[in-house]
Amino acid sequence: MLRWFGVLIGAFCLLTGQPTQAQERFITVASTTSTQDSGLFDHLLPLFTQKTGIQVRVVAQGTGQALDTARRGDADVVFVHAKAQEQKFVEDGFGLKRFAVMYNDFVLIGPASDPAKINGVKDIATALQTIAEKGAPFVSRGDRSGTHAAELALWKAVGIDPAKSQGNTQNWYREIGQGMGAALNTAMAMEAYVLSDRATWLSFKNKGTLQISVEGDARLFNQYGVMLVNPAKHPHVKAKDGQAFVDWLVSAEGQAAIGQYKIDGKQLFFANADQQGA
Amino acid sequence: MIDDASPLIAALALIVRLDPAFLGIVGLSLRVTLTAVCLAALIGLPLGALLAVSRFRGRLAMIVAINALMGLPPVVVGLVFFLLLSRSGPLGGFGLLFTPSAMIIAQASLVLPIVIALTRQTIEDLWAGYREYLQSIGMGPKEAIGTLLWDARFSLATALLAGFGRATAEVGAVLIVGGNIAGVTRMMTTAIALETSKGDLALALGLGIILVGITLLVNALAFGMSRIGVRHAG
Repeated sequence: MLRWFGVLIGAFCLLTGQPTQAQERFITVASTTSTQDSGLFDHLLPLFTQKTGIQVRVVAQGTGQALDTARRGDADVVFVHAKAQEQKFVEDGFGLKRFAVMYNDFVLIGPASDPAKINGVKDIATALQTIAEKGAPFVSRGDRSGTHAAELALWKAVGIDPAKSQGNTQNWYREIGQGMGAALNTAMAMEAYVLSDRATWLSFKNKGTLQISVEGDARLFNQYGVMLVNPAKHPHVKAKDGQAFVDWLVSAEGQAAIGQYKIDGKQLFFANADQQGA
Repeated sequence: MIDDASPLIAALALIVRLDPAFLGIVGLSLRVTLTAVCLAALIGLPLGALLAVSRFRGRLAMIVAINALMGLPPVVVGLVFFLLLSRSGPLGGFGLLFTPSAMIIAQASLVLPIVIALTRQTIEDLWAGYREYLQSIGMGPKEAIGTLLWDARFSLATALLAGFGRATAEVGAVLIVGGNIAGVTRMMTTAIALETSKGDLALALGLGIILVGITLLVNALAFGMSRIGVRHAG
């Protein structure tokens, strides 16, 4: 009886342990939450896979973490949005050539009650200064993502160190250390302001009373870049298939596919691989 | 915001439509957690029994340590296996990071202490009662392990269910070592975390309702089987 029991457990283990899919041809792409949460990858990847037979496995992280993942050799391609960090990644020899792919923009999101009274302000610097002066709640990603980097750069540009608000009685600046969606959920619940990329904002489903407070400032520009992880650093990198994905993204076909992606009739990303210096 | 009925509707819609992506997520969840529990059982049951019947120096300290490991934080386990399995880590050559195998390994490590600790307790109690009889028919502690495990099988099923519960409920470890890749390493819990972050709270809660339902089903099945078993054994 005991033996049968053992055989049963063994058979069951073999059964559940079987891989459900045969080994496929695939690459791993470390990318950002915005490209995944906005649904862009659900639109792009089937097109690429259909054309090349290469499956794309996306690990969606903040830009800083995605670059770390690639630095460790756990991804074949990185597709992120923080140009300075990307250039450093390439300079340090972890990535081959960086290609500009597309852009969208950041928007400052705030509650309809608008506690800092900044709705309609066109200048992002003025808006942030007002938020800090009035001590209106502001949610920061705090996760070294591309959006977090952009937010910190904006604060620096207006000469405010928001981290100093932490711990004092006002405590209006709240770092949550999570992704874009989580930051929007938190801002919704706290009636706080938050900087978001437009794509995640448009596809976000729990907007509640949140709305766009400030948009259209040139400083809110958000560029995405893509690069192959350097096979010289990590020999197991699937250089041929990875480069095929990079090349497809910046090809006429890939660029057109990016432009075609829309939510509620609104275009989310604007292809600009041909733009010099992007 | 979500109204009261929308999560239920979302859950029902998922079940009724039998969406292949959704079925894949449920299938992967079951495959990963059940395999992890299996692995933990194969290692943990004999080890727990051995720990119950043997006497050696440091045994008590070991028991305390294993009991404490039942509270191992999943996120720490995830991080440790992430570092081990990463291409830059000592086991990187196997290329296991971001695969279901990595998730199975991480979950098995979380379940193992529970199986060992609960088995040890169950078998020790049983051993106290059986010891004289088994020794009188010439069975030493090591030979008695098989008999003890078999006699305690219904109590041990509960230990395995506790492990299964730990594995299905867990998100921290599988998210780190699996990467939540659509169609490859996306499980019920990681899908719920993702839908929450996309603000689709109704769908997230709907998935949660289904996950609880599946857990209930597995437990009911196990309970039913042990009832039948008890009747036949009695």
